[in-house]
Amino acid sequence: MTFLLRRALFYLITLWAAITANFLLPRLLPGDPVQAMITKLGGRLNSDAMASLYILFGLDEKKSIWAQYVDYWGALARGDLGLSFTFFPTPVADVLAQSLPWTLGLVGVTTVIAFLLGTLLGVYAGWKRGSWLDNLIPVTTFLSSIPYFWLGLIAISVFSVTFPLLPASGGYAAGLVPEWSGEFVGSVLEHAVLPGITIVISSVAGWILGMRNMMVTVTAEDYVLVARAKGLSRRRIMFAYAARNAVLPSISGFALSLGFIVGGALLVEMVFSYPGLGYVLFQGIGAKDYPLMQGVFLVITLAVLVANLLADVGYLLLDPRTRREG
Amino acid sequence: MSPVLEIRSLSVDYGSLRAVHDVSLSLGAGEVLGLAGESGSGKSTLAYAATRLLQPPGRVPSGEVLFKGQDLLALSERQLRELRWTEIAIVFQGAMNALNPVISVGAQIDDVLRAHRPAMTRAARAGRGRELLSLVGIPVDRLSSYPHQLSGGMRQRVMIAMALALEPEIVIMDEPTTALDVVVQRQILGQLMRLRETLGFSVVFITHDISLLVEFSDRIAIMYGGRVVEEAPAAEIYRAARHPYSQGLLGSFPALRGPRRELRGIPGSPPDLRSMPSGCPFHPRCASALDVCGERMPSLEPVDGRRVACWLEGARGAVQITPQSTG
Amino acid sequence: MNFKTRLGLGILAFFTLLAVIGPWIAPYDPSAMSDDLLSPPSGAHWFGTTTTGQDIFSQVLVGTRGVMVVGLVCGVLATLLSIVVGVTAGFLGGAADEALSALSNVFLVIPALPLIIIVASMLPSADTVLIAAVISLTAWAWGARVLRAQTLSLRRRDFVEAARASGERTWRIIVFEVLPNLTAVIASGFVGTVIFAVMLQITLSFVGVVSLSTWNWGTVLFWAQSNQALGQGAWWWFVPAGLCIALLGTALALVNFGIDEYANPRLRKVRA
Repeated sequence: MTFLLRRALFYLITLWAAITANFLLPRLLPGDPVQAMITKLGGRLNSDAMASLYILFGLDEKKSIWAQYVDYWGALARGDLGLSFTFFPTPVADVLAQSLPWTLGLVGVTTVIAFLLGTLLGVYAGWKRGSWLDNLIPVTTFLSSIPYFWLGLIAISVFSVTFPLLPASGGYAAGLVPEWSGEFVGSVLEHAVLPGITIVISSVAGWILGMRNMMVTVTAEDYVLVARAKGLSRRRIMFAYAARNAVLPSISGFALSLGFIVGGALLVEMVFSYPGLGYVLFQGIGAKDYPLMQGVFLVITLAVLVANLLADVGYLLLDPRTRREG
Repeated sequence: MSPVLEIRSLSVDYGSLRAVHDVSLSLGAGEVLGLAGESGSGKSTLAYAATRLLQPPGRVPSGEVLFKGQDLLALSERQLRELRWTEIAIVFQGAMNALNPVISVGAQIDDVLRAHRPAMTRAARAGRGRELLSLVGIPVDRLSSYPHQLSGGMRQRVMIAMALALEPEIVIMDEPTTALDVVVQRQILGQLMRLRETLGFSVVFITHDISLLVEFSDRIAIMYGGRVVEEAPAAEIYRAARHPYSQGLLGSFPALRGPRRELRGIPGSPPDLRSMPSGCPFHPRCASALDVCGERMPSLEPVDGRRVACWLEGARGAVQITPQSTG
Repeated sequence: MNFKTRLGLGILAFFTLLAVIGPWIAPYDPSAMSDDLLSPPSGAHWFGTTTTGQDIFSQVLVGTRGVMVVGLVCGVLATLLSIVVGVTAGFLGGAADEALSALSNVFLVIPALPLIIIVASMLPSADTVLIAAVISLTAWAWGARVLRAQTLSLRRRDFVEAARASGERTWRIIVFEVLPNLTAVIASGFVGTVIFAVMLQITLSFVGVVSLSTWNWGTVLFWAQSNQALGQGAWWWFVPAGLCIALLGTALALVNFGIDEYANPRLRKVRA
């Protein structure tokens, strides 16, 4: 239990660091972002909106940095992340709320699939050393060196342009209204295939390799030899003795992989114009929409931290040694 | 009485290195055979090869291992798996690594029962698990413990309990007490021997600590450089070992009683498998080496109810020399 | 050294060569426009041309330098940082270790891409060097973590204890006893960081955050995307750059495997 508490504490600290970074960045870097924003938006900002901008991004000479910091936290607590330029006058929070489910769905499902598939393949590759599966490794390495977005571009080129099988963009067919109908859900699934496969193919190699290497190390351990001497079935040895131990580093390393995968997924969304956080971020870049970009950063950080916490819970369940007290 | 296990002319190679040369040993029913030697003498390799547990690149180029008449080396994987643990069990060094760290001790015993006694119900298996733990003196509630929660001595007892789960004919013990302190060592070995009397299995006891063998085994085979150099009843070896290496080993530990004598080690170090000396592998370290020792390998000859591989035997004269003794 | 590693090093050497001589051997100025609009690969233009008639082959060639330089600079900077933080944390232990570890973990968990996008777009001019510096600031954490773990285990080893017992000064122990044993890990970390930096830089260029004045493979893809290369069926615009990225990444990964296999003999190919 202390293990979990320590991890949760760490995540809170990280969240605090991210929020503070968000607070400091516009104030540390040269130039006055608020002025730039006001100029850009001209008269469309009312005084409330301007005040909000100052709280979020500006250097208010009348207040101390600490007071501004406190105000910033206040704004966040109210759910006020400012107004987005690109989607003016929609508040950033609303934009995020709309796009978050799409990203969660896409990234969530594909990460789980890639993890399961990659780990399973890694188990077989590591168990049967020297078999043909080992030859898969250079292939998967090549695949994982391909930038996610480029793979997405190729996928579109092949499966949407050359052979019009699957849609090239969007989360669902234009003209459909989001609702729980068969038609809508079907369209969503259809639009999710290409982006989903792109993410899975790009990320699976890492899992395969990590698992394979650990399997190789673990199968040389004494307890696997004992399991063989006991005459257990090959399957039992492979899974309950070898894989069960070999998977632990993959889970504890989930944190690191996730940051990378999320980055890649954002790009895939951009390429496919998939209505998630990535696409939103992309649109914000062009317009230098700082409120939006910072909002996306915070939400993504939060999501990554939650996912890490879940992975930690998983680790706790799988490795009895972490349940040691103290 | 025919031996329960018979190893005939077994050799083991690691790549191009020969780790075990043409070893022949037999194990009688209910007997304790001690296998002694320094690290690298091939004793563990021999046992693993005999039970087909060698890791690559180890291979067995020649020899037979007869268990009740069947050659283990010739069996199919499935036939071998049926024999494993039900007839031949191994007790490994119970160090942290011999038990799977992520599943409970009870589950690891249960594994064995599930694999070989498919007819047993879960309740029956749990009952057997508790029975086995109490057999080796571990509190029954420890069935649900994980290996890291047990002390070294308890882990070793668990290994023994696991080995006896299916009441095998042969228990091979590979350095079973090396990782433990002396007091615990005694307790465990004592327990094991008592169990042997009750259940009647044979034991192959592999260790570098010859003092343990002298106390606990019926016969002792001493290995050096991948060969058996002497084999005799334990009492005989203790009283009057014939091979200079055996004498060296015995002289290396002090006796508890009797007159004090000077402790002698054996000068030099075990041979490198990659550059074995010519002739008898021990001759560079032997105080009584003859010229012939460096030229030709002495064969293992039966002498006075024991077997010795040493040219000195011939030189003593007062012994029976079989026609093939000029090997 | 087995085939995989040699292949990786070979490809790496090839790209390094291109990075050095690329601008000299490029047949055209990559930014020069011509009348040959959006034409497929031909004798005059090996990789075809863009919508403004620019030669894609020259762009990719010249872009190699942009990529390799950033990769190298980030690799060196981030590795240095990771050594300083990781080895110090592992060696000193205690409160210093806790603090430094927490610091590395924070940097590790926070998703780098959105953060760098924000920083880069807030900078007045996001030129290559600045971007390289920013990337290094996010890339050091992984190496630091690994080095800390290795240093921790080394610190307890006998030869280090012996050095401390004989009164050798701390910095000397670190430099002469500990570091040499960390070379494989440091090398592996360096290669990993280069991969990370290259990917990140290309991504940033593709998204349009990095200044477009220097050519790199990512900017080629940026222009391809902005000009709807896909929709117009101009596959030659984005295929070469992507393939180069994949090749470089694969080469670096192969080199890393080689280092891994060298350090962990169990991973070496089993010769049956």
